[in-house]
Amino acid sequence: MNVNQISVFLENRPGSLLAMVRVLAEKGVDMRAFSLAETSEFGIARVIVRDVEAASAVLREAGYVHSVTPLIAAAIPDTPGGLEQTLSALNDAGVNVEYMYAFVGSRQEGAYMVFRVTDNDKACEALSGAGVRLVSQEELEQ
Amino acid sequence: MERYYQPEIETASREQLTAWQNERLVRQVKHVWDNVPYYRKKMEEKGLTPDDIRGVEDLGKLPFLSKADLREAYPYGLLAEPLKNCVRIQSTSGTTGKRVVAFYTQADIDLWEDCCARAIVAAGGSDEDVCQVSYGYGLFTGGPGLNGGSHKVGCLTIPTSSGNTERQIMFIRDLNATILCCTPSYAAYIAETMKEMGLTPDEIPLKAGIFGAEAWSEEMRRDVEKTLGIKAFDIYGLTELSGPGVSFECSAQTGMHINEDHFIAEVIDPETGEVLPDGEQGELVFTSITKQAFPLLRYRTRDICTLSHEKCPCGRTHVKMSKPRGRTDDMLIIRGVNVFPSQVETVLLNLGYGANYQLVVDRVNHTDTLDVLVEMTPEMFTDNLGEVSRRQKQIVEGLRSMLGLTAKVTLVAPKSIARSEGKAVRVIDRRKI
Repeated sequence: MNVNQISVFLENRPGSLLAMVRVLAEKGVDMRAFSLAETSEFGIARVIVRDVEAASAVLREAGYVHSVTPLIAAAIPDTPGGLEQTLSALNDAGVNVEYMYAFVGSRQEGAYMVFRVTDNDKACEALSGAGVRLVSQEELEQ
Repeated sequence: MERYYQPEIETASREQLTAWQNERLVRQVKHVWDNVPYYRKKMEEKGLTPDDIRGVEDLGKLPFLSKADLREAYPYGLLAEPLKNCVRIQSTSGTTGKRVVAFYTQADIDLWEDCCARAIVAAGGSDEDVCQVSYGYGLFTGGPGLNGGSHKVGCLTIPTSSGNTERQIMFIRDLNATILCCTPSYAAYIAETMKEMGLTPDEIPLKAGIFGAEAWSEEMRRDVEKTLGIKAFDIYGLTELSGPGVSFECSAQTGMHINEDHFIAEVIDPETGEVLPDGEQGELVFTSITKQAFPLLRYRTRDICTLSHEKCPCGRTHVKMSKPRGRTDDMLIIRGVNVFPSQVETVLLNLGYGANYQLVVDRVNHTDTLDVLVEMTPEMFTDNLGEVSRRQKQIVEGLRSMLGLTAKVTLVAPKSIARSEGKAVRVIDRRKI
């Protein structure tokens, strides 16, 4: 059970992030999560959207190099130790987290996180086993 | 079965070629002595008269002619015919200084177009073909030269000139163009655009490309051949000598046959001027032995290459030149190291990335810096920052082993590097020396 993240190459200079976000805004792309990773020269914008195909078409049209990656999304108990529990389940299964970030879900049931991990299937199994609710792309599209 | 445009000339014996060259060189030296005071003065300075040149073996006695001579003699100083006998001028872009203006009589135009026609037939062209000429038309020789050659072969000629890539592709598809003539960087751009449009090689009617007017690598050739589903042929020339078609590739794709019935080629040591044997790399020097209006004797092209008289499987007997590594004036000297932009292209294409790059050279605290801008491509990109940085370092490593110096590599947005639709701007040198 995965969600699809769109990663976009950006130059690290004033205005380049705005230009990309503007393109998405003009075409009415609905974003559910956004995270930025950067070096001093370039960055990668990571975006979770409602309609991946439409957003990808908008970016392609505007000439952005981008890729689509399946990630794990989970609803995490919004209590102290909630994240610890989740990571602990992944750790026990020997799954390494490459990066992660939080986003806002449609239901009021705690914090949502996306995880980029070494093995999606293993991670899904571990999280389900630990009673963590996984979020699907379909749920984001609602 | 190999076809030729002028078989009796293109496959002539070495004895026949030498006989033509002897006779034509003697006549040409007499022609410039009688009609061009600039040449007469240069010859007199070396104590020469036309009687000293009895054939090709005396060629080495003649003084070299350089681009500086052409600038000094601008515009009429090297003209060897009365203006009333001239029918055309063509001109260089003038990017490296003052423009060169070359004059043509009708016979000069004819021999130039013959040379281009030989190139088109060598690339498999015939009167059955549709030839799209996407070189610039106008003062630049690319368009007019291939246009004339295409007419002589009898191809249906589409004179699109350069630019308006969507229209180029529309004509290629709607009119079933089978041969494309343009600069290699524009061919790569057209190929890239077709790929973006989702066109596969079998949906593109082209079968051959004749690409020249700038230095390009073998890797770039393979890349364009694959994307367009064609065989790509190199063509070489200079406005100073006529234009494209001074030499051209045959089906063997192992060097370009120099049209020796019109041009005598030598390779020299650029430092000493000494003539080098076959296989040794040096500066290419040409003598035009049939041009009437603008004949050049021992003109230094600044192009670095080698010559080969080895027998060619295509049956042509004319000497072959290797693909020039670049002009001596394209060559950058960075921290004392010779760098050709085409080497950078080789590194990028070997790593499977596109050839959209630019070298920015500067001097900071008395030290040269090289920044190579590389456009991001889908092949280079992933969502993982560390992986993209690793690929960037891989390019730095590739450049280090190819060039022998450390360059900075900056990844930039797609299509952010200026593409001229004629020639690619590969180098920006900001050094103020």
